[in-house]
Amino acid sequence: MPIRFSKRPGLVIYFTAGDPDLATTCEMAIAAIDNGADVIELGVPFSDPLADGPVIQRASERAVAKGTRLTDVLRICREIRAARAEAGIILFSYLNPVLQMGLEKFAKAAKEAGADGVLLTDMIVEEAEEYLKVMHATGLMPVFLAAPTSPDERLKAIAENSQGFVYAISRVGITGTQTELASDAKGLVERLRKFTKLPIALGFGVSTPGHVRAVGEFADAAVVGSAIVGLIEKTPATEAPRAVGEFVRSLCGGVKSA
Amino acid sequence: MGTTASMTRPAGVAANSTPGRFGAYGGRYVPETLMAALLELDAAYAEAQADAAFHAELDGLLKDYCGRPTPLYFAKRLTETLGGAKIYLKREDLLHTGAHKINNALGQVMLARRMGKQRIIAETGAGQHGVATATVCALFGLECVVYMGEEDMRRQELNVFRMRLLGAEVRGVASGSATLKDAINEAMRDWVTNVRSTFYILGSALGSHPYPTMVRDFQRVISKEMKRQILEHEGRLPDTVIACVGGGSNAIGAFYEFLPEPNVALIGVEAGGRGTALGEHAARFAPNGGGVPGVLQGTYSYVLQDAAGQIAATHSVSAGLDYASVGPEHAMLHDSGRATYTSATDDEALEAVKVLSRTEGIIPALESAHAIAEVMKLAPKVGKEKIVIVNVSGRGDKDIGILTREMKLDGAEVRR
Repeated sequence: MPIRFSKRPGLVIYFTAGDPDLATTCEMAIAAIDNGADVIELGVPFSDPLADGPVIQRASERAVAKGTRLTDVLRICREIRAARAEAGIILFSYLNPVLQMGLEKFAKAAKEAGADGVLLTDMIVEEAEEYLKVMHATGLMPVFLAAPTSPDERLKAIAENSQGFVYAISRVGITGTQTELASDAKGLVERLRKFTKLPIALGFGVSTPGHVRAVGEFADAAVVGSAIVGLIEKTPATEAPRAVGEFVRSLCGGVKSA
Repeated sequence: MGTTASMTRPAGVAANSTPGRFGAYGGRYVPETLMAALLELDAAYAEAQADAAFHAELDGLLKDYCGRPTPLYFAKRLTETLGGAKIYLKREDLLHTGAHKINNALGQVMLARRMGKQRIIAETGAGQHGVATATVCALFGLECVVYMGEEDMRRQELNVFRMRLLGAEVRGVASGSATLKDAINEAMRDWVTNVRSTFYILGSALGSHPYPTMVRDFQRVISKEMKRQILEHEGRLPDTVIACVGGGSNAIGAFYEFLPEPNVALIGVEAGGRGTALGEHAARFAPNGGGVPGVLQGTYSYVLQDAAGQIAATHSVSAGLDYASVGPEHAMLHDSGRATYTSATDDEALEAVKVLSRTEGIIPALESAHAIAEVMKLAPKVGKEKIVIVNVSGRGDKDIGILTREMKLDGAEVRR
């Protein structure tokens, strides 16, 4: 099914799968959906998350240490899909775990598990020929990242090769919370608009209801990651689904119904 | 050459049509935020390569500041002791700062200046690349931040002090195994955050295009000199060239000019560590050692990893070889068979330090000692008419702390 944002801005919520454990990730994702998340980004933990800030690094390290691997993430993807048919689910990974499974095998398993799309942090459009072929053949939506540093010709290629939505990075740098939205963000979204009619989701540093509201003024969706992962880090596992649900609902305070 | 490689290439890795490919290996697998900077670097490097003034300045500094050419020295006592092949040592250990690393650091800092970048970052394992980078930053008055794993800071503390003395800021990295891989992760995070002002001087023939090519080009001077010098000494090319391989910059520099010479065997020596199980070594090419092609830190090459693609821990007594992946050009040379890759254990390397120290009065870096360990195995097995060149990539002063702990020399030990 297509990715649908039921409101403006839509909400994309990121989890590092397996932190604190797989069953809790599953419950938290369902709680997020029930409280207003349109899309779940299910992060595959990786030993070397070089695009991530300290919060997601620590979560990845914990999840990898617990033995969470790509096959486990696919398993809970299936469980989330079985529980909630409507929400979008994007698998979010570094390239290497996917390569080791084998791209075709991964795509087939992801599709069967009910994922809608895939975002690979370290896959750029120039290297993506075979990846795109497999995504198209399987019916999975590839989502590419667009950066404030990307010149227009790159944004064009990124927009043309993305499906579902385009993920715009609000600022240069790694993932992590910040107090104010970067001034880079609006300019990037405006430049991207010239090349696509797809929804544009803005992420990196979006961490409060106020940020979400501000994103809604110029982008179609807000991606919240480190703020969620940081909340999970501070909360006992049994409390985490409820806490995540409440936080997602508070983020929706900045949202207008469509 | 790429035939074997492309057969092993998994779907998802582009064919060699994209830039910076060595057979199936190499490429650019980075966060999008870095792409503009990599393209800018690529263009600036191409422009510099075509500029005679750039080469003239670089060559001048290599000569007068760094001390090139380095000698090619006939190791008479080592040759006699081993009783086989004639052994020559390429003395990169005599270069300013004590290792080959400055060849590349100097080239890259000149590129940074051309590009108007005022802030330099680098990663370092053994500290030699960090020292070289701190040195060239002092030379040109640039801000310098070096990322170094905390484990490496502990075992190479002399180099930490040298970097600080040279005016660099050394930032310890505690994540992962707190070694070279983790330092590269952190340097890349810094670069992605400060990409507009910052030049990343990567120290080995690793990472995303254009780094593996650029680093190799700056290190190529090693084999250029070797070739000329061995012709002067012997009137012919060597039978074998041996170099240690961490990321692989000294090795690719020592091999490159010999690639078109089919009668020159090329041997890369990886860190065999303290065992063959995953996590106990850094021998990416060892059969059944856990090294298979994958993507780490921007490039497609052999990577030590588990079956699910999580990067494995590594071990080596030598911080400079203690890394889970290897330069992509080496991956190609491995698959094509043009170079062969072997390994030396921690114990063999330590023994090699002792042997070279006592036969030639040269204390090699623990990294370079892995190459010495290989010639100690090879030389006695071949005839005296054979000629072997070993690249002594660095000197061992930095390792005195480790050597003191590992060797337990006492006055009773008899001099060889």
